[in-house]
Amino acid sequence: MNKATLILDDGTRFCGYSFCAPRGTAGEVVFNTAMTGYPESLTDPSYAGQIMVLTYPLVGNYGVPAPELWESGRIHAEALIVSDYSTDYSHWNARESLGQWLRREHVPAITGIDTRALTQLLREHGVMMGRIEIEGDQASPASFPDYGSENYVEKVSCREVIRYNEGAPKRVVLVDCGVKANIIRCLQRRGVEIVRVPWDYDFNVLSYDGLFLSNGPGNPDNCPQAVDNIRKAMQADKPIFGICMGNQLLAKAGGAKVYKLKYGHRSHNQPVGMTGTNRCFITSQNHGYAVDASTLSADWEPLFENMNDGSNEGIRHNGKPWFSVQFHPEAAAGPTDTQFLFDDFISML
Amino acid sequence: MFHLTIHKVLLLGSGALKIGEAGEFDYSGSQALKALREEGLETVLINPNIATVQTSEGVADKIYFLPVTPYFVERVIAKERPDGIFLSFGGQTALNCGVELYKSGVLDRYGVKVLGTPVQSIIDTEDREIFVHRLDEIGVKTIRSEAVDTVEQALQAAGRLGYPVIVRAAYALGGLGSGFCDNEGELRLLCEKAFSFSPQVLIEKSLKGWKEIEYEVVRDRFDNCITVCNMENFDPLGIHTGESIVIAPSQTLSNSEYHKLRELAIRIIRHIGIVGECNVQYALDPESEDYRVIEVNARLSRSSALASKATGYPLAFVAAKLGLGYGLFDLKNAVTKSTSAFFEPALDYVVCKIPRWDLGKFHGVDRALGSSMKSVGEVMAIGRTFEEAIQKGLRMIGQGMHGFVENKELVISDVDKALREPTDKRICVISEAFDAGYTVDQIHALTKIDKWFLCKLKYIMDTDARLHACHGLDNLSVDLLRLAKRQGFSDFQIAHAIGMDAEDMEQASLLVRARRKELGILPVVKQIDTLAGEFPAQTNYLYLTYSGVESDVQGFDDDSAIVVLGSGAYRIGSSVEFDWCGVQALNTIRREGYRGVMVNYNPETVSTDYDICDRLYFDELTFERIMDILEIESPHGVIVSTGGQIPNNHALRLAQQGVRILGTSAESIDNAEDRDKFSAMLDRIGVDQPEWSALTTMEDIHAFIGRVGFPVLVRPSYVLSGAAMNVCSNYDELNRFLTLAANVSQKHPVVVSRFIEHAKEVEMDAVAQDGEIVAYAISEHIEYAGVHSGDATIQFPPQKLYVETVRRIKRISREIARELNISGPFNIQYLARENDIKVIECNLRASRSFPFVSKVLKLNLIELATRVMLGQKVEKPSKSLFDLDYVGIKASQFSFNRLQNADPVLGVDMASTGEVGCIGEDTRCAILKSMLSVGYRIPEKGILLSTGDACQKADMLPAVRMLAAKGYRIYATDGTSAFLSRNGIDNTTVYWPDDPRMPQALDLLHSREVDMVVNIPKNLTVGELDNGYRIRRAAIDLNIPLLTNARLAGAFIAAFCTMSVDDLAIKSWDEYGN
Repeated sequence: MNKATLILDDGTRFCGYSFCAPRGTAGEVVFNTAMTGYPESLTDPSYAGQIMVLTYPLVGNYGVPAPELWESGRIHAEALIVSDYSTDYSHWNARESLGQWLRREHVPAITGIDTRALTQLLREHGVMMGRIEIEGDQASPASFPDYGSENYVEKVSCREVIRYNEGAPKRVVLVDCGVKANIIRCLQRRGVEIVRVPWDYDFNVLSYDGLFLSNGPGNPDNCPQAVDNIRKAMQADKPIFGICMGNQLLAKAGGAKVYKLKYGHRSHNQPVGMTGTNRCFITSQNHGYAVDASTLSADWEPLFENMNDGSNEGIRHNGKPWFSVQFHPEAAAGPTDTQFLFDDFISML
Repeated sequence: MFHLTIHKVLLLGSGALKIGEAGEFDYSGSQALKALREEGLETVLINPNIATVQTSEGVADKIYFLPVTPYFVERVIAKERPDGIFLSFGGQTALNCGVELYKSGVLDRYGVKVLGTPVQSIIDTEDREIFVHRLDEIGVKTIRSEAVDTVEQALQAAGRLGYPVIVRAAYALGGLGSGFCDNEGELRLLCEKAFSFSPQVLIEKSLKGWKEIEYEVVRDRFDNCITVCNMENFDPLGIHTGESIVIAPSQTLSNSEYHKLRELAIRIIRHIGIVGECNVQYALDPESEDYRVIEVNARLSRSSALASKATGYPLAFVAAKLGLGYGLFDLKNAVTKSTSAFFEPALDYVVCKIPRWDLGKFHGVDRALGSSMKSVGEVMAIGRTFEEAIQKGLRMIGQGMHGFVENKELVISDVDKALREPTDKRICVISEAFDAGYTVDQIHALTKIDKWFLCKLKYIMDTDARLHACHGLDNLSVDLLRLAKRQGFSDFQIAHAIGMDAEDMEQASLLVRARRKELGILPVVKQIDTLAGEFPAQTNYLYLTYSGVESDVQGFDDDSAIVVLGSGAYRIGSSVEFDWCGVQALNTIRREGYRGVMVNYNPETVSTDYDICDRLYFDELTFERIMDILEIESPHGVIVSTGGQIPNNHALRLAQQGVRILGTSAESIDNAEDRDKFSAMLDRIGVDQPEWSALTTMEDIHAFIGRVGFPVLVRPSYVLSGAAMNVCSNYDELNRFLTLAANVSQKHPVVVSRFIEHAKEVEMDAVAQDGEIVAYAISEHIEYAGVHSGDATIQFPPQKLYVETVRRIKRISREIARELNISGPFNIQYLARENDIKVIECNLRASRSFPFVSKVLKLNLIELATRVMLGQKVEKPSKSLFDLDYVGIKASQFSFNRLQNADPVLGVDMASTGEVGCIGEDTRCAILKSMLSVGYRIPEKGILLSTGDACQKADMLPAVRMLAAKGYRIYATDGTSAFLSRNGIDNTTVYWPDDPRMPQALDLLHSREVDMVVNIPKNLTVGELDNGYRIRRAAIDLNIPLLTNARLAGAFIAAFCTMSVDDLAIKSWDEYGN
């Protein structure tokens, strides 16, 4: 295996070995503390532009399943950093090894890194840009892009309108900012027609029963067109449900502000409490930005709150059937405790 | 927030440690009591296990050393009138007892509220039929079996269930007529056989080869749920989870499988209505996402203790709080102290649990691993690669392995069979199979162990092969050395693999170490912080790994740290008593203003609870790892005398490396451990000892035995719990044991000593300072010498020793303490016959009986010893054993019922797995309480007697007279019967199994005419498959109390014949002696 190095914005270097494409790259370095689900995470479009550090050290154990089980058609993360890649894998539904897959998709990956030390650094310093240099690769990037100003949503959103379950009694418009496949599966399973539209598409021209705002990568401030379209939709009283980026866009449409977290939430063990109740849930999360609950107008109220750091995890409108969550009720990867939110949404239609 | 009506809470412990119910319940009970005390609640604890931490001063307000049975618990309830009771912290013992008290209406009658999980939920999980029904209600699959009466019905049932199926003959003991069938033909054959044993046969879908997965689930009364941890068994279904290597978190499950099972676990816990913690076990198809629920344990368990240690999430503590009515959202993460307790730990390491067996100590025992548990302890190893964790773990179990490779070769005649039919040697067999050229696929086909695990083991083999190719340290590359360390190779393994001097491996290992340090290849310290680094944590819960570049913590630099070496895996001979000693040492160290640093790796202990010390290194107790830790910590000193034999054995080597051993010097320890040196010293100070000789040639032995005669005791010089020690009565036995003993010890010679019969054994537990005894406790064995001191019933203070004997023992102990300049705890074992005193053994460390004598005397000898070791000048305490107006009896718990075919007879080799200690006004009261605590019952009908040789028969006569006078029916085998008749005692003669005459002794056992068996073997030779063995074994298998020692039987019989249990005073520990 070739030697490979991760170089952070602040000059810190972590050395390991490349186990896939011998290609250098750069991106925002973020850590994920989930213990399972690397195929789902790597194909989650929300990871576009990011170098994913997995804190769980043993990775690759169960290989990679068929694309039907992925969260999109390809790997979106810029690169993968692990401590102990497992060359051999064992699983009944695996099609290939993680290394083979990464090689096919030309995604760099490093093993042998002290991912705990790296995580602690990112935690203390906040997320940083980083680049990967691989021995023998002439094309390693010399500089870091600016993650916050890049419109990653534009890169991962669908280009055309796609329909699912055509002819079903109720129709949901899904604004695709980088939607995960399992969100579509969750809606499909509940028997509604889905009209999946590009992130900046003016869906107000369509007839529909409910509006769904998807997850997506990067800074929500780069998506003003989507916010405008949501504002227009708010003229009507149709139900709106948003997840992750969708939560941030709905909040912005409602007048609230969004800020960047120091190092984000990327894990399967985030506890959220439902505001005003004794109910709490373990959630799957993947976000670097959050809604500033103090900027919510009087028409809105917090729906969920993070029990670890108190950050906002969801909002709802006082009078209208509009709500959104910062976490991922569709799971994949992660816990499935909050899938009832899809039922809530469907029952509003 | 919590039940405001609750002021006083009763907690039931689990009693003596036994196979299947061990130290984990001391840990969970201690945690629960801590949680209750934090709420200001008054706590009452019933637990006869006197060696536990939970039964120590200050842990509970009232402690009763009484049997955890409905009778005694009711009497304590009547006296204490608690308003709440916890049933889930004392294992199955407490759970069963609680359910009985609930069903009989006792709890209702006294207004005692069951806290935590409701009793109905417990019953739902315990009763198989209700359980299946309850899970059906929520669409969760369970393992089904169908009862059939004909072969045709069996074939139909199998058709419904799908092949392969298991056939079980109902009502047949020992699995007769059971087996696996892959198709109709096989089923037809097997069923025909099965129906010859039994009128009814159960057909069950076989899940052989499926993965076994467990989840630890927590729920509060607001219906909030979390799964704290999941675990995957290395061994597939078919091997009890207590017998399996277990990995946390699961390694071969995809996200979808992980969360499918997680969701099911939460659905189950909600439906059943657990409040607190439970464990769900699954079988998972390795070829699909199909699953079955195996069982649900509605209580804290061995797995929950493991999960707590594996994740840092204090399950028992949280479960207790939830039982009081808190919500998970009310509680904080105990590690970060800032984030919520409602979360699921994220691990950034892998944990590997390996069971420890001691099957070698039992004669005739079936070594096959299966659906019942036989292991006596376990270890938990933490690493950042699987290879590192498993190699650490294999060293930790302390059975001579250096890791997965570089072990002494195991001779296996049929590797295929050994792979297919696992025993306690399974992991060694896999290593040997790789060596013999088996591929991962071949081993998988035979063992059904997931290929992922086997591939990882293969990586270790591959690295080992590369090391072998090096031929010496100079050819070993930096990269290979680093890789080997990342894969958990010890310096010893590396030295051995690269072919360094096999003569002095200690030196060779040190050379590897030196090279490593030169190259900067050092382990780093990582924290277990529950959140994989996501939040800052001030945790002191640590492990070492080579997969890392940076340590999370640095050593204290103020010379304030004292490192206490723990006792490792529980095993026969070293158990919870050393955990107690370690915890007492840590408490004292911290109270005196030092920082306590613990090194231990046993997940069943309190000493590995991270809030018991300032720093916990959950890591190996090998010389190499201890040195790593000492180099990081640069402590003020190290305590080696509170963790049993493991730390004691390291004393000399550590001292040679310049480590400061606190208390008694390493040289003195060596002088006591080394038999030659010790004996020479005794001769020098004029102290007598049984004649002995160090063995080198057969001629020497013959000459020695010619002089002293049989029986003789044979043993190697470093002895733990009588390993490879035995009494030999003739040359046959002698030759057999010499082979065994010589195998065990290379460096130290084998010792043969004269065995003195009919002698009393006396123990001296003491603390000395600069060679002067400051406190001591003398106790006597009820049994004569010949029963291992760990199996013997011990009485303290002694009731039947001559004053002269006591005086002599005190004098000799003083001389030995002075000669060895002891500073700290020590124990000397004596033989006494007619005031003739001989020293058998001397250990310059705390002994097994320290907690017992400390608690009976109410003087904490470990606290005193620790203060001595810290260099404080201590006053001689005013308390003396001669002032006590009560008696303590320590009785042993055996687990023969778990050990199929093992001969339940006692000898010089220790066999007990646990002990209790009870206090009474006199010997009778104390012995009755303690015998009832280890599971004996007072007989109601008849007693079967075979009372050994003439001398033992005479010994037993007074007791038998009492039985007769009390109206028991006496049955006796022919010799004993004739003897009793001659002495005028009415009895019925019964016949041995090999005698065709009637009545047959065994029939009486089966018909339950007899509810106590006294069977005393005629001599101390190894039990063969003889008549006595069959009676003893039948008694165990039929759960009929069995006594095999005349002295103990006499004492027990005298107790229950002269008093009734109603006469026993119900007094808490603090009520004695006041």
